[in-house]
Amino acid sequence: MSELLKIEELTKRFGGLTAVNSVSFSVAPGEVVGLLGPNGSGKTTVLNMISGHLPATSGRIALGGQTISGLAPNQIVLKGVSRTFQLVRGLPSLTVGENVVAALAFGRRKLWGKAAQAEALQRLDEVGLAHRADQSAQELTYIDQKRMELARALALEPELLLLDEWLAGLNPTEMATGIELIRSIQRRGATILMVEHMMDAIRALCSRCVVMNAGRKIADGPTAATLADREVVTAYLGEAYA
Amino acid sequence: MTRFLPPILFLAAVIGLTCIPLFADSYGVTLGIGMLGYVTLASAWALFSGPTRYVSLATVAFFGIGAYTVAVLSESMPYPLVLVTAGAVGLGVAIVVGLSTLRLAGVYFVIFTFGLAELIRQLVTWYEVNMTGTLGRYIFLPVTPEGIYWQLLALATATFIISWWVGRSRVGMALKVIGDDEVVAAHCGINIARMKLALFAVSSVIITLVGAIQAPRWTYVEPTIAFNPTISFLTLIMALLGGAHRLTGPLLGAVPLFLLFEWLSAHFPNHYSIILGLVFIAIVFVLPRGVLAFVEENWKRWRRREIKKLPAVAE
Amino acid sequence: MFIAALLSGLVLGGTYALVAMGLTLQYGISRIMNLAYGEMIISAAFLAYVLFSNLGINPVAGLVFAVPFGFVLGYLVYGVMMSPLVARARDKASLEIDSILATFGLLFVIQGVMLVLFGANFTSYSYLNDPVTIFGATLATNRVLALVLALVLGGGLYLVLTRTLWGTALRAVAVNPAAAPLVGIDVNRAARLAFALGGALAASGGVVISMYQTFTATSGVVFTMKALIVVIMGGVGNILGALSAGLLLGLVETFVSTYIDPGLTLAATYMIFLAVLLWRPAGLFGRIAR
Repeated sequence: MSELLKIEELTKRFGGLTAVNSVSFSVAPGEVVGLLGPNGSGKTTVLNMISGHLPATSGRIALGGQTISGLAPNQIVLKGVSRTFQLVRGLPSLTVGENVVAALAFGRRKLWGKAAQAEALQRLDEVGLAHRADQSAQELTYIDQKRMELARALALEPELLLLDEWLAGLNPTEMATGIELIRSIQRRGATILMVEHMMDAIRALCSRCVVMNAGRKIADGPTAATLADREVVTAYLGEAYA
Repeated sequence: MTRFLPPILFLAAVIGLTCIPLFADSYGVTLGIGMLGYVTLASAWALFSGPTRYVSLATVAFFGIGAYTVAVLSESMPYPLVLVTAGAVGLGVAIVVGLSTLRLAGVYFVIFTFGLAELIRQLVTWYEVNMTGTLGRYIFLPVTPEGIYWQLLALATATFIISWWVGRSRVGMALKVIGDDEVVAAHCGINIARMKLALFAVSSVIITLVGAIQAPRWTYVEPTIAFNPTISFLTLIMALLGGAHRLTGPLLGAVPLFLLFEWLSAHFPNHYSIILGLVFIAIVFVLPRGVLAFVEENWKRWRRREIKKLPAVAE
Repeated sequence: MFIAALLSGLVLGGTYALVAMGLTLQYGISRIMNLAYGEMIISAAFLAYVLFSNLGINPVAGLVFAVPFGFVLGYLVYGVMMSPLVARARDKASLEIDSILATFGLLFVIQGVMLVLFGANFTSYSYLNDPVTIFGATLATNRVLALVLALVLGGGLYLVLTRTLWGTALRAVAVNPAAAPLVGIDVNRAARLAFALGGALAASGGVVISMYQTFTATSGVVFTMKALIVVIMGGVGNILGALSAGLLLGLVETFVSTYIDPGLTLAATYMIFLAVLLWRPAGLFGRIAR
């Protein structure tokens, strides 16, 4: 089995609008792949279909050779896919620690009680948030909410981690911390598919990029070559720059 | 030491309540039955509706199912078996209602439960008129008021323990997550539909049993008595007044409101439902999350103000 | 018998459509799930009854009083009870819960007032209770009049909503309350007006119902329920959807009570509701939102 995630002819229609049009690509184990494209090109929709948040209109998504398209999000989580959201989604009535415990309790390991609390602290420590474990999740700053969401996603022990603009809205210092954080996750052997607009981050993290425009895949290859691709430049900046 | 205090207090309260019928007169026992009934109804309602925020207006549908099952079966089956059957019927209805509405947005559930009591009332009426030819049944069961009181106390205690267990278990965590954000819940691996259905079923069975246990008090039952919508309404007010998110909330709401309603129905029998409605609207406006939350928030605010004052004095 | 059932079904369906249009305005535009809607209907039915039996004013003329009564009632309920809830609501879901709870309380208040004033007895009056023959089927004149009134009032509302600037503004709020202010529409004012307009429709529905049906102070719940089912079947906020779904429900109920059993009409209504919920939760004529 050479690829972890394999997407074939994936299509999503909303009424008359085709948001994702017959997209195919794959991600190998241990790879960090960037999913790029201008706003509205269908990147987040692809992520939503992988995580099961949206049902695909047609096409197939497979994880490690097993079809996961058509499953509910809670089943897909148990197969080993977890994610963060474009607009960060904390659980405001829980504490930061409980946010992570929620993932441990129902994820693949079903931890509960003292074991779950200890594990949650460890997960929070990885993202530098252990000292806030007992705070209410709604009191966190934006970057800390993003960290908490990442800790929650990691607590699900994913084989594939989906990051939806996880670095967006961070200031340069926070960005450097964020990139370092993702790199540390990568070093532990995680496979990551990330939707991102921050080109510096993509160059620093992704070995390969898939580029979408208007619902179609227009490029797929090593990061440097892909970003220099004529069609990609046109999609982002218009004809004049190509 | 403080760890053992709540269970000891709880045990003492249960023992104390068990002894009441030995001293109280018959009015006292009647009052106790009504109060225990509503405490159980409000706690069972809050068990499901509190964390999920699915407002169920169908309390009396299940209550009536329980009462009516007892009325129909009391002469053909031994009493314990009648109770079990009543619970099973309630469970069946809860599963059908839950399976068809709980996957949808909460508002559909509210609407469905809003008319459910009326639907079941009409179906029972139709059945009685067409199949048995009579409307109204007598219940002759050798159950004393004290017996009913003790049964309700046992059910109330069980409900309380279930609520306490749910609050501390994984199920409670799942419900909190679902209440906050269903998308995140699903992406944490929680099977939302199954979780809601299970809790709705437990809550409904408890409510059905309250109806079944209280039925012998009436002696005579007909659909309009068993499916009186005021019961749904009172349960809702009590749970909301105390705060549906807390273990003791429904209890604290049910006791004072039950006494108030007893007094109102004795003194203003005609204006009862108007006053009820106004009390309810006032609760929704003034205490949207219950008395306990209100007191707690104001206590915090008050303390914060005190703390803020201190440095000002020092300067 | 078939023609008679068909005509009765249309009469009933016309009434349901009229009543449901009001509720779809209140829920679709004002975003208030009004559980006291049926009580507003019944209170207008009692008003028509009092006007007719005590003052000798016929129900059609009674509309002149009932419609403004419903409008003012709706306006006041929104202004006094709902707007504070709207102002404090964090999101759509919390407004939904608050409005359901508040109007559930209102239901018992209005019902209690009617019980004090009129008691719990079945009420009706006899107006134009002479038979007419249409297509070989005999029907009471008041039923024909009820259908005509429902069509005139409902059709009039449809024209107002589609042909006037004012109606277009209301529909704009129904489609997208967030974008409406960008084109200069005052959403709060629109919501208040829609709620009042819904009250006026409830009142006219109540008058129409009182002409050919018996009612009690406690029959509001059933009307709220049926109106809600029609609204959901037609798609929330969809006027034409409410019209078609209302007619459909009236026909189904009449055929069930004619050919199967009158005691099972509500059960039939519920079966339809369940089928719609499971098969097309966005309504028979609605599109599933993305």
